[in-house]
Amino acid sequence: MTQKEALTEYLLRLADSDMILGQRLCELCGKAPALEEEMALMNVALDLVGQARNWYEYAAELIDDGRDADKLAFRRDAHDYRNLLLTEQPNEDYAVTMGRQFFYDAWHYFTLKSLVNASNERVAAIAAKALKEVTYHLRRSSEWVKRLGDGTEESHRRMQDAVDILWRFTGELITPDETDRLMAEAGIGPDPEQLKEDWRGMVKEVLQEATLTPQPDDAWMYLGGKRGEHTEHLGFILAEMQFLQRAYPDATTW
Amino acid sequence: MPQHGDTDPRSAVDKLIASDRMPANANTDQLTEADIWAILDEVKDPEVPAVSVVELGIVRAVHWDGKELAVDVTPTYSGCPATELIEELIEEALRAAGFRNVRINQVLTPAWTTDWITDEGKEKLRAFGIAPPQGSASKRSLLGDSEVITCPHCGSTHTERVSEFGSTACKALYRCKDCLEPFDYFKCI
Repeated sequence: MTQKEALTEYLLRLADSDMILGQRLCELCGKAPALEEEMALMNVALDLVGQARNWYEYAAELIDDGRDADKLAFRRDAHDYRNLLLTEQPNEDYAVTMGRQFFYDAWHYFTLKSLVNASNERVAAIAAKALKEVTYHLRRSSEWVKRLGDGTEESHRRMQDAVDILWRFTGELITPDETDRLMAEAGIGPDPEQLKEDWRGMVKEVLQEATLTPQPDDAWMYLGGKRGEHTEHLGFILAEMQFLQRAYPDATTW
Repeated sequence: MPQHGDTDPRSAVDKLIASDRMPANANTDQLTEADIWAILDEVKDPEVPAVSVVELGIVRAVHWDGKELAVDVTPTYSGCPATELIEELIEEALRAAGFRNVRINQVLTPAWTTDWITDEGKEKLRAFGIAPPQGSASKRSLLGDSEVITCPHCGSTHTERVSEFGSTACKALYRCKDCLEPFDYFKCI
């Protein structure tokens, strides 16, 4: 794999993960448990979709086959998607929604914090913009995990269930593959060991304050999202998300 | 027939804005960068119409060589849905002023922060009922902060956060415990 290929692959992972989680959150539009929560969820989703666009635009320039950001988002099938499996998991109850968000935000925060110093200027610029937004996301989702975990008996039970359900998808966040290693060597991506340590440190701290029990670090983990092997959920997300572009390509007439 | 020139009661900027009635070969040769900034200062943020795009700090630079006018614009948030609209409004205002060859460059570096909002812009936000960002984005600790936000209506610091996110991506929702009014806070990023 050349460095350019690795960078393209890495950009698609960042873009696809943002895009899919953004789409998931948008499913809650009009259905959130409270008005303030709805605004927050949609704002987070908007940030993620905006960040996805920035990554897609750069990826499209590297791929250079005539496809633009929209085509990368709306004309690729599930096996071409490189998002983390965590991001495609269903919303379920609010504990799962916020638990998924927290695990992702913690990974996203430390990843971007490292990308800000990337040797690649374009990557550093997009990351610097995104990091400000994601810092807010992380603050909010970690507060929710603590509030629900250290809340009532029911909220604690639901939050613990969410941690247990989602845990098997978190290994992928901190399990590096060749692309991750090439990016780290190129001075672009984060050092995998550092990322793992930072992510685990933050997750343990927040879960402890939330009176929740993490699963063991060596628990069995689902991997595959980063190489296009997804859970059955992704196809349904794409079916809804891509319908318009598939049925009315480019949708130039309203 | 009305006399133009010194007797025209309109400000220079009004005349420029109204210049869509000027002939197609309007003469922009005499315009300086200061005039261009004045035109841009009339372009309001569509979501926060109290402040101009210049006061918000999203116009970074103008490059005018007498033939082509390039404007560097930076988005506030990655996903700000107003970005394209703002770019269109800027282009429209400049074309109306007679510029035929306008180009908008989107720049990401250095990333926009609320520190780019001018003092005048902050005062206008407050007068509009939006609490301006408090403190410096560069100095603020983003995690675990305890900011005191002043109510833009009564000036009380006895306020509480209702929601981390408000009516747009750049705002949070607060409530004043003294005058009981809810208000938007322009988040410090």
